[in-house]
Amino acid sequence: MDTASFIFYLLATLLVIASLLVVFLRNVVHCAMALVTALLLIAVMFVTLHAPMLCVLQVMVYAGAIMVLFLFVIMFLNPGALEQQRGLWWGFGTLLAMMLAGVLVPLVATSDLPADPVAATELFGSPEMLAKSLFSDYVLPFEIASVLLLVAIIGAVVLAKREN
Amino acid sequence: MQALLDQMIQEGAFAGVPKEVVYTIAMVLTAVVVLSAFVAPLAGVTSWLERRVWARMQSRVGPNRVGPQGILQWLADGIKNIMKEDIIPTAADQKLFPLAPYVVFMGFLCAFVVIPFGESLIVADLNIGILYLLSVTSLVVVGILMAGWASNNKWSLLGGMRSAAQIVSYEIPAGLSVLTVVFLAGTLSMQGIIKAQGWRPWDWFMFHNPFTFCAFFLFFTAALAEGNRTPFDIPEAESELVAGYVTEYSGMRFLFFFFAEWGNLYVIGAVVTTLFMGGWQVPPVTDNPVLLGILQFLTFFLKAYFWVFVAMWIRATLPRVRVDQLMGLCWKYMVPLSFICLLGTIGFMFMDTNSRRIFGAITLGFAIATIINFFRRVGFQFRSAKPEAYWKPHI
Repeated sequence: MDTASFIFYLLATLLVIASLLVVFLRNVVHCAMALVTALLLIAVMFVTLHAPMLCVLQVMVYAGAIMVLFLFVIMFLNPGALEQQRGLWWGFGTLLAMMLAGVLVPLVATSDLPADPVAATELFGSPEMLAKSLFSDYVLPFEIASVLLLVAIIGAVVLAKREN
Repeated sequence: MQALLDQMIQEGAFAGVPKEVVYTIAMVLTAVVVLSAFVAPLAGVTSWLERRVWARMQSRVGPNRVGPQGILQWLADGIKNIMKEDIIPTAADQKLFPLAPYVVFMGFLCAFVVIPFGESLIVADLNIGILYLLSVTSLVVVGILMAGWASNNKWSLLGGMRSAAQIVSYEIPAGLSVLTVVFLAGTLSMQGIIKAQGWRPWDWFMFHNPFTFCAFFLFFTAALAEGNRTPFDIPEAESELVAGYVTEYSGMRFLFFFFAEWGNLYVIGAVVTTLFMGGWQVPPVTDNPVLLGILQFLTFFLKAYFWVFVAMWIRATLPRVRVDQLMGLCWKYMVPLSFICLLGTIGFMFMDTNSRRIFGAITLGFAIATIINFFRRVGFQFRSAKPEAYWKPHI
């Protein structure tokens, strides 16, 4: 086993453990912390795939900003440890999970992965490449996403104003 | 280093482990050891210096007993705190409470990876250096929120909440001010940003045009707020929240938070130096690489330490702001101002070199005039008040 795959399996194991902890821990804040760990491990995985820019953005946006807002809300409401869920929800959850598995398993089984993956170039995921594709090839989706965010911000301001 | 490792592999010290893994782990361990050996005394001496500087500014003596002028005070404090009982409150979260200080510490220690102490004195010159720095410093928030929540204490929780709100808000003006410099340098790499400047003050980005001059102050203010420094230290405001998110901590865990704070002070100074003050750039006086390296390190270190001193000075001078004032300052003034700085700098980039130089010279002249005026007034105070203790630092 060479180093790259050793590191990959190490990271993947940790990632799976962290993701399972998100689902199975009973304390919401512990779950959120496990989610932070999982997101950081994904960031490390981006580094091993020669995409440091994506790693940094992952840490900054998910672990740094979004998870902080998550924690902020969770800690304000302070729900404590959850009580045991009733059987109906377990059944519903299991059904949804099985439907997802029913879609994913045939897809993964039938897709032919390249046997010899091509290494990413030096420029892959660099700021220059990212900016070029964002502002030339995908400029319209980019602008639409920006407008969507703007709408969300204005909506939040309007909602906050109405309560006063 | 590598030869030693090779020998150990030959002797079968790491049987069954791939060679590259051994190298990687050894590299990481070396980096950690070197960083800790550099960072620990740095944060310690900064803590001593901070107490001495405040004492001086408040007409007190400060710690002066342990070692010459009390410079070993931080070692005494460290030993004392290690010997103390490590208390974890019964009501606290038994897993997250002990972990929180280390998350905060890790977030700040990671920042040292990209700090360029010299042309070749840098752990890793990432091509996204400054972005990396912004992202690892935002990890500190997770640790602070963890500490605030896990303490199971209302003051701690309030402190953690305030800190999170503050750090997330002030990241925006800080990021936008960094962006002005990134536009001028055309790169995100720390070394690249320094190489785009020169050793003369008028080659620094700080005096490139009036807008970068303004961006410098915005960045320094936002960085102080992100480091929870007075006048923005409302997360641990003693008069309101006991000690905020560190209320329940004692012994070494308590010290780790402050270790991170004092070390972070140096990181702020280092980033300001890199972005706005030409970093390690020295005049070409020697060809000897060792001598040049030492000169560069000293230049960078002193420039960065100057801003550490300014932060101490501000802490000794200004009162703490209120929570609403803090948020108002960020969102109503600093964010719009940093956008103006960004647009103004873009405008300046279209200008030809000669007219740009004129504006740069005007900015530099303005800065020099301000400094001269400052010293004139301080000198007047000194002459009229005759505070004799100020001229005798050896008390």
